Amino acid sequence: MGRNLKRTFDPNKPLEMQKQEYKQMVKKVSPKPPVIRNSIWAFAVGGLICVVGQAFFNFFEGLGLNTLDAGAATSIVLVFIAAFLTGLGLYDEIARFAGAGTIVPITGFANSMVAPALEARTEGMVMGVGARLFSVAGPILVFGITAAWLAGMLYYLFGPNAPAGS
Amino acid sequence: MTAAKKVGAQTVAFAVPPVVSATATVVGAKEGQGPLGNTFDKVIDDPYCGEESWEKAERRLLQEAFEMTLNKANLKPRDVDYLLAGDLLNQIISANFVARALAIPFIGLYGACSTIYEGLAVGAMLIDGGFAANILVGSSSHYSTAEKQFRFPTEQGVQRTPTAQWTVTGAGALLLTATGTGPRVTHATIGRVVDLGSGDPYNMGAAMAPAAADTMVHHLTDTQRRVEDYDLLLTGDLGIYGKELLEELMRSYGHDLSERHNDCGILIFDRENQDVHAGGSGCGCPATVTCGFIMQKLRERKLNRVLGVGTGALMSPLTTGQGETIPTVGHAVVLEA
Repeated sequence: MGRNLKRTFDPNKPLEMQKQEYKQMVKKVSPKPPVIRNSIWAFAVGGLICVVGQAFFNFFEGLGLNTLDAGAATSIVLVFIAAFLTGLGLYDEIARFAGAGTIVPITGFANSMVAPALEARTEGMVMGVGARLFSVAGPILVFGITAAWLAGMLYYLFGPNAPAGS
Repeated sequence: MTAAKKVGAQTVAFAVPPVVSATATVVGAKEGQGPLGNTFDKVIDDPYCGEESWEKAERRLLQEAFEMTLNKANLKPRDVDYLLAGDLLNQIISANFVARALAIPFIGLYGACSTIYEGLAVGAMLIDGGFAANILVGSSSHYSTAEKQFRFPTEQGVQRTPTAQWTVTGAGALLLTATGTGPRVTHATIGRVVDLGSGDPYNMGAAMAPAAADTMVHHLTDTQRRVEDYDLLLTGDLGIYGKELLEELMRSYGHDLSERHNDCGILIFDRENQDVHAGGSGCGCPATVTCGFIMQKLRERKLNRVLGVGTGALMSPLTTGQGETIPTVGHAVVLEA
């Protein structure tokens, strides 16, 4: 096949050595994910989602919402769009190319809740949808909340308004 | 005392080779659009097959394959001695529920994607042992049920690695009989469970290639045959990279497969245009390709002797989560025109 794999594997060696040799063989044969192509796609699509978000943000600010409220309204719209596209079966098609570009923004979070919910509906609303809703998003929530709590504590203890400094 | 029909360490040679007298295949839309599209009996474009869940859809595929096989052979379920079936879902529910509908004495099998070959081997033993005259064997998989159980929800936006394979939506069934016309099962080699340390569930070809090699080598040793004695050595679902690894492993055992090896996972899809990465996989992959394309070639005598090796990865999402490597198995049967 053109690849130089000759004499890399010896079935007469002890099993542990076979495993080592086989690992090398697998490494040689299996292609790496196209990192550069994936990164460009992720950058473009992830950036596009942010541009859309910014457009909504400006629109809501133009309607007279303050920065916080405009941010919340933007999140709601983006989450809705992502959930809607997931329901139509389109979000995973975009994500196939965009990868991290569609996973990292808030749209990815919406997708990771709607996707399991769609599948679990055949098992009923409570033990199906209710129990499975967080099966993918659960870890994001657990570690997201933990990280937020940690950052908050650090800010409280060492920030400009820290109790020690007052 | 040695077993009368056993040859070597892992192989049995049938005294009166059982006959594959009828086969049927039912597949999904993507498989129907693939290069083997016209070798399948029925293509169902709706991924739900008109049912309300994917699990029910998979059962529908399997049941239709069995019913079609019975129709072709002009038999009723009560004429069949045993039903041998299995699939990928927890507690092999596709097979169990179809067995409930058919009401044929049922032996459930789990060999992951090797199940159709496990069934062929066990079924042929039952017939040649004189315990049965008619046996139905079948296996199924469905892209969405497999993704749901083993990977992510289907609508989850994930990027697949180049070594990932695409689970075939389809079911293959065959009728094994003691007499009749059709391809014959002359030998079976039951595989050992092999693990060369692969733990990546997105590289199943790499995990399963050592099991296919182990069974092939033992088969050739047991029967004192060479690769050249076969028109085709067919593996179940190693995909493009698993194929390369198997051929390299076989070379290290002194066997050159190059011109005579192919893989159901490579045959069933057009890798260039169907976005399946390394190829097809799942119980339905070797089941539909073997019961369809391969049996057709054997009946037409375009192929005269085939060594089919079904390969199965015997892990679960739980063992992968616990950091275990993937145990794999390969079961082989010899099919002659």
